[in-house]
Amino acid sequence: MTALKKSFYIKSRDFIRAGEASIKIQTLLKSLNFNPQLVRRVAICGYEGEMNVVMHGGDGSLSIAINTDTLMMEISDDGPGIADIGKAMQAGFSTASDEHREMGFGAGMGLPNMKKNADDIIVESEKGQGTRVRMVFFTDKGGDAG
Amino acid sequence: MKLSKIVEALEAKVLTGDGLLEKDINTCGASDLMSDILAGLSQGSILLTGLTTVQVIRTAMVAGVGAVIFVRGKTPPQEVIDLAREQEIPLISSPYSMFVSCGRLHACNLTGLDGRR
Repeated sequence: MTALKKSFYIKSRDFIRAGEASIKIQTLLKSLNFNPQLVRRVAICGYEGEMNVVMHGGDGSLSIAINTDTLMMEISDDGPGIADIGKAMQAGFSTASDEHREMGFGAGMGLPNMKKNADDIIVESEKGQGTRVRMVFFTDKGGDAG
Repeated sequence: MKLSKIVEALEAKVLTGDGLLEKDINTCGASDLMSDILAGLSQGSILLTGLTTVQVIRTAMVAGVGAVIFVRGKTPPQEVIDLAREQEIPLISSPYSMFVSCGRLHACNLTGLDGRR
């Protein structure tokens, strides 16, 4: 049974507000007394995901379902999709622009960072069909992603 | 090492967080790539950067960074300082380049994010 579900809208190219949803989730999870290292991992995944949507996606959303034993995060957008998911999961592969790099992002570390910090991740995308990233975190895991 | 000593070593200016300088900090990461900081063991560390965008503060919040130091005498826009103040993240502006700022902190025995020096 899902105890609590929260969903946030992510606006394409809104570099100023990008990350606000992840910070809200971080604050919420802290207030619910989840393990601080787990909260950090969830916030990092959310933040990298938000930046991906803002940089590459169309409009999108970030949602989290909070259960006692698992946290399920889903980030989806209606953007151009990922042409080659295998490549996008490799550290350093990037299709970002100079504008993105000037913001400190776009180094090809987004999805690899999410994979490293989530206990499980599924990336679904097709060119022209948007992208959906789903991640699971086990609440008894603390700092180490499984 | 106390953050106040780090400010001294860099002859730096405190932009916000005057009341938080007793914080103990032992590790330091220097990067203009926020993903590097998010990927590293940056909790409680110093982040040295030449970027002054709001995303630096969000990165610090998400990663649990202890303080942010802007190099080359940079000062971020007021809204960035306001966000850091609200989040109790000290912001410091070092007059020195990234290279020299890092060198001075290394000489003070600070280590990298992974504890190596």
